[in-house]
Amino acid sequence: METVVQQLQGVPINHYLIFCTIIFAIGVVGVLIRRNVIIIMMSIELMLNAVNLLLAAFSVQHGDSSGQVFVFFIMALAAAEVAVGLAIIIMVYRNTKSVDIDSLNKLRW
Amino acid sequence: MTVFYLVAFLSIFFALMTIFTKNPVHSVLYLVITFFTFTVHYILLNAQFLAVVNFIVYMGAIMVLFLFVLMLLNLNKDTEPMKSNLVKFMGVIAGCCLVVTFFGVYRVFEISNPLTVVNPEIGLVKNLGKVLFNEFLLPFELSSLLLLTAMIGAILLAKKEPKQI
Repeated sequence: METVVQQLQGVPINHYLIFCTIIFAIGVVGVLIRRNVIIIMMSIELMLNAVNLLLAAFSVQHGDSSGQVFVFFIMALAAAEVAVGLAIIIMVYRNTKSVDIDSLNKLRW
Repeated sequence: MTVFYLVAFLSIFFALMTIFTKNPVHSVLYLVITFFTFTVHYILLNAQFLAVVNFIVYMGAIMVLFLFVLMLLNLNKDTEPMKSNLVKFMGVIAGCCLVVTFFGVYRVFEISNPLTVVNPEIGLVKNLGKVLFNEFLLPFELSSLLLLTAMIGAILLAKKEPKQI
């Protein structure tokens, strides 16, 4: 464990910010450029994970474990979200025979 | 210190592969590798409980759920709907703008102190369990209610409806 802590020393918190911002932006780009609903949900998972890592990094920096508890709750939320979302996708696929997000444009004006 | 940069590079690479691969099954597999690199990040932060939970819940449960749904729907490269190149290009430009905006908001290029571990014990199961069951007891129980609701909702939604005439 000592070596792990030594590995950590020297990485500025800014680099965690840069890294998590890039991962979050990759998630946003994935939502924008893909039409497959499942891949869009995977991009949302990517965004949630970026935020989780940043929360954990700040929690370690401030020596306060509330941030890590919050990450735990976000993970529970993500599990619930994925279960309901995939059920909805299966229902949509049964009706439209496609996972294309553009087949769901009936609500658009 | 160099381990962080290596793993961060791998995370970004596999995240990019996730959204740019055409085959959805490959996409899920790349996302599994991305989550594994996130687990390594948690270990580097000495957040051991989160590392284990990330490993089990994300890589074990959620990704297997995605993979099962992909195989249930029988998706592959040929049925994959793709957007036009113009939309893709605009999406990438929008993402770059988002990155620049966030960098400006966080002022990331100012000099900051290296991350120091104030208390190396906070990420361990013993400490987190104490916090979770003292201060966060009510949210913990509410999250169990949320999971139960999600389970019932998923079953009700995915169940085949009887034919209505």
